[in-house]
This record gives sequence, C-alpha cells and structure tokens, in this order.
Amino acid sequence: MGKKVGVFVCHCGTNISATVDVEKVAEEAKKKYPGVSYATTYKYMCSDPGQKLLRDKIKEEGLTGVVVAACSPKMHERTFRNAAVKTGLNPYQVEVSNIREQCSWVHQDKAVGTEKSIDLVRMMTEKTRKDTSLDAIKVPVTKRALVIGGGIAGIQAALDIADGGNEVILVEKDASIGGHMAQLSETFPTLDCSQCILTPRMVEVAQHENIKLYTWSQVESVGGYIGNFDVKIRKKARAVDLDLCTGCSSCWQVCPSKKIKSEFDTELGNRTAIYIPFPQAIPSKPVIDKEHCLLYRDARKKNIPPEDSKVCRKCYDVCPIAPVKAIDYAQEDEIVEVKVGAIVVATGYKELPNNVYGEYGKGKYQDVITGLQFERLASASGPTEGEIRRPSDGKEPEIIVFIQCVGSRDPAKGCSYCSKTCCMYTAKHAMLYKHKVHHGHAFVFYIDIRCAGKNYEEFSLRAIEEEGATYLRGRVSRIYKKGEKLIVLGADTLTGSQVEIEADMVVLASAMKAQDDAEVVARTLSIQYDKDRFFSELHPKLRPVESSNAGIFLAGACQGPKDIPETVAQASGAAAKVMALLSSDELEREPVVAKVDRLPPPVFSTCIGCFYCQRVCPYGAIEQEDIKARDGSVIKTVARVNEGLCQGCGLCAATCRSKSVELAGFSDEQVYAEINSVEFN
Amino acid sequence: MKIGYYPGCAITKGATSEEYGTSVMKVSEVIGPKIEEIPDWSCCGASSAHATNHKLSTALSVRNLSLAEQHEYEEILAPCPMCSQRLIISQKDVQDDDVLKREVEDAIEMPCGTNVKVSNYLEIIKNYSMDEIKQKIKKTAKGLKVACYYGCLLVRPPKVLKFDDPEDPQSMDEIVRAIGAEPIDWEFKTNCCGGGFTLSRPDVVVKLTNDILEGAQEAGAHAIAVACPMCHANLDMRQKKIEKEYKRKYDIPIVYISELIGLALGLGAIGLGLDKHFVDTKSVVDAYT
Amino acid sequence: MKIKINLNERSSDFAKEVEKRSGIKVKECYQCGKCTAGCPVAYEMDYMPNQIIRLVQIGARREALTSRTIWLCASCITCSTRCPKEVMIAELMDVLREMALEEGLANPSEKNITSFHESFLNSVKKHGRISEVWMLNEYKMKRPKTALQDLAVAPQMVVKGKLSFVPHNIKGKDAISRIFKKCKPK
Repeated sequence: MGKKVGVFVCHCGTNISATVDVEKVAEEAKKKYPGVSYATTYKYMCSDPGQKLLRDKIKEEGLTGVVVAACSPKMHERTFRNAAVKTGLNPYQVEVSNIREQCSWVHQDKAVGTEKSIDLVRMMTEKTRKDTSLDAIKVPVTKRALVIGGGIAGIQAALDIADGGNEVILVEKDASIGGHMAQLSETFPTLDCSQCILTPRMVEVAQHENIKLYTWSQVESVGGYIGNFDVKIRKKARAVDLDLCTGCSSCWQVCPSKKIKSEFDTELGNRTAIYIPFPQAIPSKPVIDKEHCLLYRDARKKNIPPEDSKVCRKCYDVCPIAPVKAIDYAQEDEIVEVKVGAIVVATGYKELPNNVYGEYGKGKYQDVITGLQFERLASASGPTEGEIRRPSDGKEPEIIVFIQCVGSRDPAKGCSYCSKTCCMYTAKHAMLYKHKVHHGHAFVFYIDIRCAGKNYEEFSLRAIEEEGATYLRGRVSRIYKKGEKLIVLGADTLTGSQVEIEADMVVLASAMKAQDDAEVVARTLSIQYDKDRFFSELHPKLRPVESSNAGIFLAGACQGPKDIPETVAQASGAAAKVMALLSSDELEREPVVAKVDRLPPPVFSTCIGCFYCQRVCPYGAIEQEDIKARDGSVIKTVARVNEGLCQGCGLCAATCRSKSVELAGFSDEQVYAEINSVEFN
Repeated sequence: MKIGYYPGCAITKGATSEEYGTSVMKVSEVIGPKIEEIPDWSCCGASSAHATNHKLSTALSVRNLSLAEQHEYEEILAPCPMCSQRLIISQKDVQDDDVLKREVEDAIEMPCGTNVKVSNYLEIIKNYSMDEIKQKIKKTAKGLKVACYYGCLLVRPPKVLKFDDPEDPQSMDEIVRAIGAEPIDWEFKTNCCGGGFTLSRPDVVVKLTNDILEGAQEAGAHAIAVACPMCHANLDMRQKKIEKEYKRKYDIPIVYISELIGLALGLGAIGLGLDKHFVDTKSVVDAYT
Repeated sequence: MKIKINLNERSSDFAKEVEKRSGIKVKECYQCGKCTAGCPVAYEMDYMPNQIIRLVQIGARREALTSRTIWLCASCITCSTRCPKEVMIAELMDVLREMALEEGLANPSEKNITSFHESFLNSVKKHGRISEVWMLNEYKMKRPKTALQDLAVAPQMVVKGKLSFVPHNIKGKDAISRIFKKCKPK
C-alpha cells in the first residue's frame, strides 16, 4: 500500500511567504506529487495552532508520512516529530523541507523562490515516501564519571559530580592537583590570594568519599561510547608507595640534588630530585624526578635496575616507615581499567614559552619574564617570598614594563586569537607591583584593554587611576640590554610618539596556548579541536560544554582561553550535563546510525573487509567482527557499527566501495529518489 | 526684595551691546523685578583672566560679589552670561578652596562674597516675571519662528551653573512662547560661536557662526533670540562677512530676548535699541501686532 | 616625537604637578576621544584635545605647553560637560595656558590670542572696566597685521554709538590695580 503523505507549507509570517508563493507550492504538491493526499499552508507551523493542525490532519486524513516545508530542520524538526508522535505516527515518518534559510532568505525573485520551493518539497516528498519507521536506540549507563585534569576546572567538575552522589575518577598528570591556579599569587578582580581560595577545594577533593584521585597518571586509551566508556589509566611509577608514605618530608630534606629548576616556580626557584611540587600539594606525598635523581642517572648509565644502584640511597635510608619502606625504586607503571558513563576533559592550557620573540630577546634576558613567572615572584609562597626582585641580581626594579598581547593577536607569530585574561592579570600585576614597590613606576603597553566581566572594567581602571600605572597604547618593537638596564622601544599611538623606557624588568603577558599534547588527547577521546588546537564545543552558543563526541564534555581552558570565574562556571555546567546523563539508567539516542548489511549464508555480508570506513570514522564507531563457522573458524571479517558511538555523519556510507553500509533514514534508495525527482530543464 | 544689577562691560552705555542693557532695564521697569546697579562694579576679568591667571580671574569676579554683599543684595542679575558664569564659578572656587579664599580676600581687601546668589537673565524672568508678562502682554508675534540660541556660557559647566538642560535647554523657549512667538526645535542651541576669539581669530568665529546661522535657517527660523552679548556680536555684526565668505544669504535678525519681551509689552523698538543692530530687525518689529 | 622615560625623567611628575595645581584627575581620562569629537575648534588644533590630556598623562611637558591647542580652546566647556569620566578638560586648558605663560613657552603662532588677553587685562587694570576702543587700540598696536580686519564694521559701530571713545574709570580703580599686583604670577 502506498504512503499517504501530507504537505504543510509554512508562511513563517512573511519570512517565507514574501519570496515564496506558498499557496502555489501546496497546490502543486496536491496536484502533481505522487503519494501526496493532502496539502495546505499555515502562517506559523511551529505555533501551537500550527502543531494542532498537523495532528488533526494526520488523524483526519489518515496520513502515514508528513513533509513540513518550513525553516531549517535544526530549528523545528523535533517540534514537528513530537507533534506527530502524539497521533501515533512514527516520528521518523516526519520530514522537514527547508524553504527558508536556503530558499526564501537567499532569493529576491518570488518566481525563483517559488520554483525552488516546489523542487525542494517534491524531493522531500520522494524521500518521505521511502521513510521507514525507526526506533530510538537504548543504551545502558554506567553511573561513574571520569574527569581528566586536576586544575580548578577538573576540581570543580569532580566536586560537583561527586556532590551529586556519583562516583568520580579524577586523573592528573602532575604529582599534585591544583593546576595553574595554585601558582597564581592574587586573583582578579578581588585580589584574594589564589592558594587561599583553591587549597580548601583541593582538600575537599582528597577527602571526598565519591572521588578516586589518580595523580602522576595519564589516560592511556578510551573505548566505548556514551554511557559506557572503557578507560585505561596509566599510573606512572613515582617510586613512592602512596599507601605507605605519610608525607613526613624527611626524604626531600636529605636529597642531595637541590638545584633542580622547579617547574612549579616557573624555574625561578629550585627543588630536590625527590619532591612535592609545593607545600600544599595534594597528595602531600613526593615523587622522584628520575631524570635528575643521582640513583636513576647512575642506573641508566650502567644499564642496571635502579634498585641495584648504590650511588645515593639517602631518601630510602631516611624513610622512617617500617617494616617496608615507602620508597620503592623498583616500582613500575601500572595500568588501571575503569568503566565510566561520562567524561569531563579539563586538561587546561600552556603559557606561551619565553623563547618565541626574538625582538624581546628570546628568553636570553633574565629580567624579561613571563606573566606566570611574575605570579611566582609576587606569591608569598614563591622563590622571593612575594618580594618583587629581578631574577638577574635580586634588585628591586624601579621601573617595570608590562607588555600585553605577547603571542596573542599576533598572526605573524601564529596566534590570531585574544587570550582574554592578560588585560586583567596585567592590571593586577601593575597593582601588585605598586603595592610592593611604592616608589616604583609601572608602564603597561597595550593594544586594547579588554576587561569585559563583572567588576573588571573598574578593576583595570583602578590600576591606572589609583595605583598610578601608566598605560601606553602600542606594541613594543624591541627590548635590548644596555648596562644593567633593559631599553624598551615602544610607541604611544594616542600621541603618535615613540616611547623609549629604561626599564629594570619587563613582564610579558604571554598568550594562553593549547597544551602541547592537545592533539594526542583529542585523538584518544575522538573529539574535535580547532585551528589553535583548543577542543571544539558542539555549538558555540547553545552547546558550549559538549564535545563533538557524545558523553564527553569540556571544561576550562582546554576549550579556549578562560579566566577562573569562567572556568569554574563552565566546569559546573559540564558537571550538570554529566549528572543529567548519569541520572537515567538507560539512554535514548537518535536512530540515525549506520549499519553494515548482514545477509543469509553463504554471503553473510557484502562487506569485503577493506575497513576504509574504519579509517574515516571520526568517532571510532567501526569495529571488526569475525563471522565464524560452527566450529569457531573465521569465515570472514567484516565491519560492524557500534550504535552507541555512531553519530550518523554518513562518512562510512560514502566511503564504502561495496555499498554495504547504509545510514538509517538516509538510505541510497531515498537519496536517489530525491535526486531523481528534480526536474531538470 | 531688591536685586542687584551687574551689567558687565559689554552692555553698558556706549559699548558694543548696549541695547541688551537698555532693553533689560526697560523691561524690568514694566514687569519687574526691581533692579539696582551695584555701585562701582568692576570687570569680571572675562575669558582673558581665566585663560591666563586663575587667581586674578577669581579675585576680579569675587570683588563684585563682595560689593554686592556689602550693599546687602541677596541676589544679583548678571545679564551677560560670560559675567554670570565667571561670577558663579569664582564663587564656587573660593567656597571650595580655603587657601584661594584667603589669597583672594587679601587681594580684594574685603571678605569674599560667598552667599549672594548670581542669576542670569533667563532665570530672573522665569523666577519673577512670567505672570507679569502674561498680564501685561500687549502684542503678539503669531507665526514668528524664533530659534532660541543659548550658546555655551548659560548652561556650561552644568554641575556648577545648575541651570537648565545643557543639551536641550528650554527656558528661553518658554519665554518666547509666553510672549506669543513660536520657538522652533533646532540642533544648534548650545553650540559654541567662538566667543572671545572675535578679534584674535575671526576665521574661527566665522566658521562656527556660519554653522549656527545655517542650522537656524534650515530649521526655518525668522529670527534668532540670544541672551549673550558675545553671541550677538558674532552673529549680528559678522553676519555680512559670513554671508560673503560662505556665499550664502541669511538676513536673519539676531535679537535679545529682552528686546522681544519689550516688543510684546508694547515698548518702542527704538527705545529697546532695535535700531542698533547690524542686521535689520524690521521684520521682527513688524511681526508684533 | 619621542618620549624618553628613565629614572631621572619620570613621566608621572608632570601629570602629578598638573593634578596638584588644578585638582583635575588627568589619570582618569581613558582616551575615548569624546572631547575631540565635540570640540568646535579641533579642526584648527595641532593636538586634539584628548591628545593634550595624553601628553599630560605621559609627561610630555614641552609638547603640551608649547601646543597651539591650549590657546585655541574657546572655553566653551562642551568637552567637560560631556566627558564620561568627568575630566575637566576645558579647565585643564586654563591651567596649561597659565603654566605655559609662567614658563615662557606660549606658542608664538597664537600670539594674536595671547596679545588679545594682555590688551584686555591691561584695559581692566587701567580703568577697572573694559574700554573697548582703548583695548582694541592696544591690541592693534601689538598685532598690526590685524589692524585692517575689523575696519569694515568700525564706521557702522561708530554710527550705531557702539564705540565710546571715553573710557569709564571706576572709583575703585586703584583697588583693581592692587588686585593685579597681588595676583601677579610668580
């Protein structure tokens, strides 16, 4: 029995009807299209009365297929499908023909618009005639979440999800959680101490019964799909048994390697080979830096197991834990396998290193430092205990120059975007400097001052008006050394003059960049990233915390430069999404997924097992399936689509050379029917 | 209550804008309020003093306030806005700055007159004479479209002068309406005419006044009403030169608001000084019936 | 122009001096340019009004005090009235003019304007009020090139009785000249 298709043409006020003769489109459909048993127009199909019209006519006319010619299906496809469901019609028997965005809005000539609409509606009618009823895919949900990254984004997301009653696994690649925020001195716009507000949250993570923390660990692989991810975590050997160690500090006090540049102190301070990164570290238990530790160096040189080296065992000897010591030189990496239902990626950012700008000395001038280095100088827990001193000679700088947009808004240096936080942190730096060096002079070179946030504008103006920082509008062209001074050649475009400053110290407001391994992480998680290697959100406005892979969410600066408030807000947003996902036992997914054909023996499948589809699938949804005989021997290996992972993009179907893959709702038969219905003239 | 009268140099007998002073006096005789010239008043220093010497500017102005207080005036009328603005600003400056106040008192050898209220002409009319105008009006100029031009000094700086809306003042418009003419809505009410540059940079004045005349003409004005001798001098005395330089024909009479009030009260045009203008005022005089 | 900043020539000193003298918060200007946008005389200026503030902010003392702009400011106060940060720009011009005169830096190209101010004040000093004829006379002597420019209106002024040749001397003119003496710039 043929399908009875109803066509509903929407005026969209005058959005469509001004450039499309909607009555004519409906008439043509009724008169000329095969299978169309009813056609009408309506002012606003998406309105309540519009939806009622749709429902009433489905019932009255006994429609078995519906075409709504209206706006983009992205807008109201769901609206019309839900309306149809109420009449008992399968939602996938309802199609939307877009005659607005790609028709009425782009044409001026009504005759052209009408003709094109007639074509578009006819095509969609042909597709609808061949629509099959589809059922939503149901998948079970593992009620546990993985958070990758233990900075403020990961901490916030983990705490929110855990407070919601779900288990959380938090993985951090460094020895302690805390991230960049732990390195900051004060935070804008309130100037409260960063560690003072962060460390209570860190302690909460450590103490939370729902959070399992893996530091010095990395996510090795992620398989599975939304609701059912299989994750492998590599716990790197830290040479310290976390269960036994009490963090008594004896070991790092006796360690003889004391001159290793501290990463936490941005190389302005030193640490030992066995160390905790900073006093408030969580966990407060050390790790051995195997690159610098004398024992490991010796073992590598002699090519012997480290536990056999006798060069230095001071940390082992001093460890008070008995009978088994907490120091374990022989410890090896460990792989932990976990199942989670959702993943939050919070892997943060990297500060642009100080070796990019040749004109600023490429890092050769000790007193030209980065923003993060200034944070450590200004921090009470930093290498100078909060005193602003030049790294070269420890003198207090009397003239300090801050340069904004270093590595940001600089396409020539490969970065066109604005790092968003630097205007504010530079204003903060100028303020902190003036608080600490009262007689000093602070100069800030800027291109624009972008301080769009609550109380941000007021904060930045405070640096100028109350603290007396002098802002100069222009970039700095060159920094060079003259005696003990740094000569800064800049400009002030507001007066149209060159500016030459004899400075004692220069602070670069270095750009926020994507992490070095962002691409690796993206591949591991099958999520997309942008030209700057920041992870892409699903929709820039309406789906800002979802990644391109269902069930994987984004939080913080891994998605783009962000300050603390914005990071925390996004992390809580991601956590809310995770909790919504974990709140149900089963998930329903759109059944628009690919399928590899299965046929009766002896063919089994037309798939020839080339697995081109597997290579092009961006979601890792193609698996290999062995078709086995009764005796267990493999007859052939064919492709299979994991419905949980498949996003219905259709790449596999387009790639398949044996035409074995089809996308539900977009079968070859349907697509050809659409194309063949176009009247070419 | 008697109101002290501070004419200022520009509108006294024999000065460039004597008709402003004459018409103010004549009108006051009919509708009040009673005004008395402050004995032995001196120049406020005008723009030349404040542009070059703040202390001198303040002292020259405050001397007159002190004289007014000595003669027990609680309020004075300064019809010239340059004077009223300088007097008010100087009074505020000595109120706000004790050091300056002592220096000024030393210079003028009198206590600073910090209490006397300084009013401009529009304020005086609005506050004391609107009812009188309504009662004593004899003639109206129905259909005479008047562009009320306030200039800078009546309304700026607004925080100190606290008079009318600095972007769209209405006081003069209300008076024009009350005397039966038609104030027009136009865009150049508080634009600068170049003021004190009339001698030193006449080129600047010619350009700025042309903008104003053009704006008034385009808005359909038959006349421009002013309450400032400098605005008047620039718009009236220089109008011929402007017309020549910009190759335009304006022929717009520039009249003092006091003259317009006088005409409405039935006072003679010559007595009000309307014969003293460079641009013929006949069309305005004839409009009153 | 090149602005050099080092420990001996600190930029903030000039701004501080101006602020102290005038009470005007020069630092608060964020250079939006609204003053320049509305200035009726800006088209004639060598530095735009916002640039004058900028010069003060970054300590370009000489450039600010020798500018023509400070003399071309007509004191119409449009800038201060509309300034979003309530910076008293017109009033700042007064202070800069005063400083320029004290330091002998007034730009010679605007001598007409400075001479006019001098002639005006001399007349006040002598008579207590302005005697327009005598002030004009002094000004024209000082700036002979301007002698002819107002001749066109002079006869008509005489006819209309607008040029009085007898200066009015006030009774207290000695008091006025004492004011001038006491207010002499340092």
